[in-house]
Amino acid sequence: MNPLQENMLQSRRGFFTSAASGLGLAAMASFLEDDGLLAKGASGGALANNPLAPKLAQFAPKAKSCIFFFMAGGPSQVDLFDPKPQLTKLDGQKLPESFTKDVQFAFLQKETARAMASPRKFIRHGESGVEYSDLLPHIGSCADDICMIRSLHTDVFNHHPAQLMMETGVPFFGRPSVGSWLLYGLGSESRNLPGYVVLTSGRGASGGTTLWSSGFLPSTYAGVLFRNKGEPVLNLTNPPGVSNQVQRVSLDALRDLNGHRYDKIADQEIASRIASYELAFRMQSAAPELIDLSGETKETLDAYGVGRGQGDQKGDGRGGGGGVFDSFSRNCLLARRLVERGVRYVPIFHASWDHHSNLNQGLSHNCRMADQPIGALLKDLKQRGLLDSTLVVWVGEFGRTPLGENRKGYKTVTGRDHHPFAFSAWMAGGGVKGGQVVGRTDEFGWNIVEEPVHINDFHATLLHLFGFDHKKLVYRFAGLDIRLTNVAGNVVKKVLA
Amino acid sequence: MTTPPARRIVLVTLTTLFALQTSIAFAEEPAAAPQRIDFVKHIQPILRAKCYECHGAEAQEAGLRLDYRAAGLGGGDNGTAIVPGKLSKSLLFLAVAGDDEDTKMPPEDEGEPLTKEEVGLVRAWIEQGANWPVGVDGDASGKRLGADHWAFQPLAHIAPPKLNDPWLRNEIDAFVLRRLQREGVQPSPQAEPHVLIRRLYLDLIGLPPTPQELNQWLQQAKQAANAISKKDAPAAQGPAAQWYEQLVDHLLKSPHFGERWGRHWLDLARYADSDGYEKDLPRPYAWKWRDWVINAVNRDLPFDQFTIEQLAGDLLPGATTEQRTATGFHRNTLTNREGGVDQEEYRIKAVKDRVYTTSTVWLGLTAQCAECHSHKFDPISQQEYYELAAFFNNADEIDIATPTPGETAAYQQAKAKFAVQQKEMQAKIAAAEKSLAERQTAWETRLAAAATAARKDLPENILAALNIPADQRSTDQASALLAFYAKVDTELLALKKAADEFGKKAPKPPAAKSPVFAEHSQPRENYVHQRGDFRRPGQTVQAGVLGVLNPFQPQHKQPNRLDLARWLVDPANPLTPRVAVNRIWQYLFGRGIVETTWDFGTQGAPPTHPELLDWLAGEYLRRGWSRKAMIKLIVSSAAYRQSSVARPELETRDPKNDAIARQNRFRLDAEIVRDQYLTASGLLYRKVGGPGIYPALPADVAALGYAGSVKWRPSKAPDKYRRGMYIFFLRSVPYPMLTTFDAPESSVVSTQRDRSNTPLQSLTLLNDPVFVECSQALARRILDEAPADANARIDYVFRLCLARAPDEFERARLTQLHDQLLKLYEAHADSAAKMAGHTEQAAKENQPEAVAQAVWTTLARAIMNLDEFVTRE
Repeated sequence: MNPLQENMLQSRRGFFTSAASGLGLAAMASFLEDDGLLAKGASGGALANNPLAPKLAQFAPKAKSCIFFFMAGGPSQVDLFDPKPQLTKLDGQKLPESFTKDVQFAFLQKETARAMASPRKFIRHGESGVEYSDLLPHIGSCADDICMIRSLHTDVFNHHPAQLMMETGVPFFGRPSVGSWLLYGLGSESRNLPGYVVLTSGRGASGGTTLWSSGFLPSTYAGVLFRNKGEPVLNLTNPPGVSNQVQRVSLDALRDLNGHRYDKIADQEIASRIASYELAFRMQSAAPELIDLSGETKETLDAYGVGRGQGDQKGDGRGGGGGVFDSFSRNCLLARRLVERGVRYVPIFHASWDHHSNLNQGLSHNCRMADQPIGALLKDLKQRGLLDSTLVVWVGEFGRTPLGENRKGYKTVTGRDHHPFAFSAWMAGGGVKGGQVVGRTDEFGWNIVEEPVHINDFHATLLHLFGFDHKKLVYRFAGLDIRLTNVAGNVVKKVLA
Repeated sequence: MTTPPARRIVLVTLTTLFALQTSIAFAEEPAAAPQRIDFVKHIQPILRAKCYECHGAEAQEAGLRLDYRAAGLGGGDNGTAIVPGKLSKSLLFLAVAGDDEDTKMPPEDEGEPLTKEEVGLVRAWIEQGANWPVGVDGDASGKRLGADHWAFQPLAHIAPPKLNDPWLRNEIDAFVLRRLQREGVQPSPQAEPHVLIRRLYLDLIGLPPTPQELNQWLQQAKQAANAISKKDAPAAQGPAAQWYEQLVDHLLKSPHFGERWGRHWLDLARYADSDGYEKDLPRPYAWKWRDWVINAVNRDLPFDQFTIEQLAGDLLPGATTEQRTATGFHRNTLTNREGGVDQEEYRIKAVKDRVYTTSTVWLGLTAQCAECHSHKFDPISQQEYYELAAFFNNADEIDIATPTPGETAAYQQAKAKFAVQQKEMQAKIAAAEKSLAERQTAWETRLAAAATAARKDLPENILAALNIPADQRSTDQASALLAFYAKVDTELLALKKAADEFGKKAPKPPAAKSPVFAEHSQPRENYVHQRGDFRRPGQTVQAGVLGVLNPFQPQHKQPNRLDLARWLVDPANPLTPRVAVNRIWQYLFGRGIVETTWDFGTQGAPPTHPELLDWLAGEYLRRGWSRKAMIKLIVSSAAYRQSSVARPELETRDPKNDAIARQNRFRLDAEIVRDQYLTASGLLYRKVGGPGIYPALPADVAALGYAGSVKWRPSKAPDKYRRGMYIFFLRSVPYPMLTTFDAPESSVVSTQRDRSNTPLQSLTLLNDPVFVECSQALARRILDEAPADANARIDYVFRLCLARAPDEFERARLTQLHDQLLKLYEAHADSAAKMAGHTEQAAKENQPEAVAQAVWTTLARAIMNLDEFVTRE
């Protein structure tokens, strides 16, 4: 490495990890000027520590925010995104042994497994004519904005490791999630909300909070779980009996006392803490305002399906229990509102796509929940001119087998097992070229025959859209420069607009 | 240099090159670097990162080795690799600059190509004469990459510098002062007594002093200071003068010391109370090992023995239950119980995690980097990695009964009592059997008198026998009848039934099962996993250690974990004492002498005080690996006692305080933050050890766990007021307060915690119901215990929370807040009732009291949100 480059890298590192960011300083100072804080003793220099100050990418980014639909469990690509007429013809027959040789399954008995036709019809959409399952008419209607990737593959076939792979680039614990890397690289542009807000509908993804962990990065970069009703953030609400006025006089005293201590001790951490309390106070009004949908038109609410009654029948046992249709619709609308407020990364988790059995009913139910609001979100973003700078992503941690699942003890075959070798995901907006398909699988949908996209490639592409060379967005930990794409990854150029 | 334009270098095939080593043309030549190339700074890192793996100590593809001068300049099978000044003859340059699939180096699949900048540097270096200085790398004797790194050398025998300065308190200070003198910097003044007292309490036991304790120590400190200022020699030598030492001893003896320093060890052990992964099942007895740690730390089990018992307690001759329990250290690895997983895959993952953890905790080395290929920077080959793994590959996971003596005694007692009762019942049954014949006669009489219907269900042979007078029945008939009657005799039946029921209530032996290690009966075969994939076995290996360190002298023919543990704590091991003492230093200064506490390898940070580190490491051995002795030594130094007030004049020169020109000031660990609240408010329940607790958790947080499986039954008082370290740690849904304050996620070893500073922390401290409850309790304490005026109360709450009195500004500002709050709550009685935690009825009956309680709760809340409250100064 030459000295100049070394120098650049060093300042880049400093930029990310220490107080040396002039931009961060300026941005923080402007936050505080608004609050009259700079006059109150805490010097501007003391606040340069803010690790969330907006930072410049390595090159001009296309995307500023990302909404990341994580359909956990493994949505079935051959029933949703990757039509396989040949599979229909072969329904009930064995696949050539070469497909399953040396392959491990979670539950499937490969000696006796048979191909299972998709019960769904596929329909061409838009000028591009990309095919989508009849379960996804709304998403399909945005086909010209969507880049369908039919050749994603991953390394592992169990849920939690594969979910970690999808969020952190490796199938084990301890690494930062995509959103943490984005915050670390770009900071946050939201003044009053965390830069990384997590939404979930239905029961939690099996990966739990590890899926929005900051791993070895400071917890400042971790995702913050928001609820879409009631108290949006844990401990956001004042305790009973503490009015806003009581809160304000308390925080004023707190700020003065901390400022007094800062004058004596001169520890910059005190200044950071003063800033944290002020941001907390702003969040106390910004977060409830965020989830208050009363300012949205009826048209918008209806488009997203907010208030839909379906899915409230607890007895059907699908899609994560009662109220999930409304919850998912709200989350989609909140995602737009979060992006409007400068939030960087918004994953929406829904955990019930693990269709080992009753696949047709389960998928139909989930798609009734997801299709309308996601379609509405894409159109809403586009109409508001936000889609160009907002990357919308749909993924699962893996796909499902073209073979029916004949698990021991199953009387009939009605579902599919985990399939990591070839599955589908899509991206839209944020510098993505829509109306196209990347990658091709074989006629059964078993293996990839063209343009394979590994999860590391997928992440490399995502980071590229945000203005980063994935090999250069690194953090030194346990003796290594670690990155989201681990030791691999190539940008899939075809995805880029 | 300017960055070369992003254009491609023209294709040059090596075949062409060999044939015609002239007229090499580049359409776009990488621009030459304008300045003088320095081999060590510019070239060696490139060779190390991109060439050594195949052309270094471990492998010499094509006979070429680039990790030391003679070999590098000598060349390989294909000829000279580096010809000074002659690019076109230097195969090294041609290979790294070329673009031919067959000859390009590194080969396509085996490594990252050199960047254009790097190619430019190599080019400039060769053009400038390929200066490769002597002595900057290994030699032909096969000395290994990085082998001469400081941390791999034996501990130096260091004598502390001979300085004469009144600041010095012990040897540590001589090392520190020497560096300060060299830099022309004065040490900071000693912190004020109340700061020292609070610092010692927090560092040693993690709890603040009570006001009584604070007063006692302050008084002694004052007497000592007076004696010194009055030059009162006897008093200056008297017991009061030793107050600091006495305080240290007092705290080292506290049972809470084991909690505080045990928790540090739990971070290293990635301790948690659940399996991890999807199902994340609870581990109901993980705490058994935690108890072992707390006890071991409290009784100051020497670190060598502490090590041996945890890595190989099961292999010690005549291993005790405690020693076996100690092996729970490596049972904290994750377990994947998700349906359809390959068990062997996850067993191997756990083995590898044990290598990672062991090498980090004892050696301060990133051995895990050698899982897929030999370490790029440190002398750890891939083979050695799997030799280390072999020790753990042969350890099986078993659970053993480990009842506490109390549990065992209770069980024995219950069992004895049960046996007595059971015997009594048997005796009654025997008696009833004896008198059976009498009741049979009565039964027969009743039957004879009863209606026919009463007899219709009886078996034929019984009916037949009944019809014969008793004295005329055959023996067979008589015994059949007796046997039949025994089955219907209500008295006997009732007794038997009662005995059966009672039998089911037999006391059960204590259920506690400790997770431990046992050696696999048939030694498993060990082999290198090619590219880290256990499904691709490479050459077989035997259990072994790192060759670059002290010699390995196993006592077993098949070296086992006991041999490994003894090698780690062998006095000749250069790393273990340095790494271990460095962590003690970190916990007492907020930062290690080697800042990268996890990496003492060539990529780690160099020590700020290398000689001090070696002296301390030697001292650790000389003091019999006593943790308490080392802590006492360090906290007794003048360096430790310095004030932590920032020194703006040093901010630019030494922003990280490398020179230790002051103490460091840092936020408390997550658990300790909670402990401050509980102690100041008087709610803390000081029970040491035992099973974990479940503080209340919002339902939707628990719901984040696997398929709603998380059973979180909130603990009741007093358990819910136990220290933070006892909070049940569920890996998939950790208690939010802990993660918000940077508790490690406990899936991998953690030698250092983050200290972030976020709005979520502010919201937690302001609004978390646990902390609001603490504010209410603290308010009651103030109102009950302090004299009834605002000044005295503010004084008292400051002492409880910050171990000091407020200054004038603080007093005035809090008085102002007090008056503001009083007005607000007087105007809103309903709010006052809520904040006070009173019912509306009670509040109505005594409004002034509710208002006072609300005002002081809010004031207490503000004070417990001060930066200082959650900071160790």
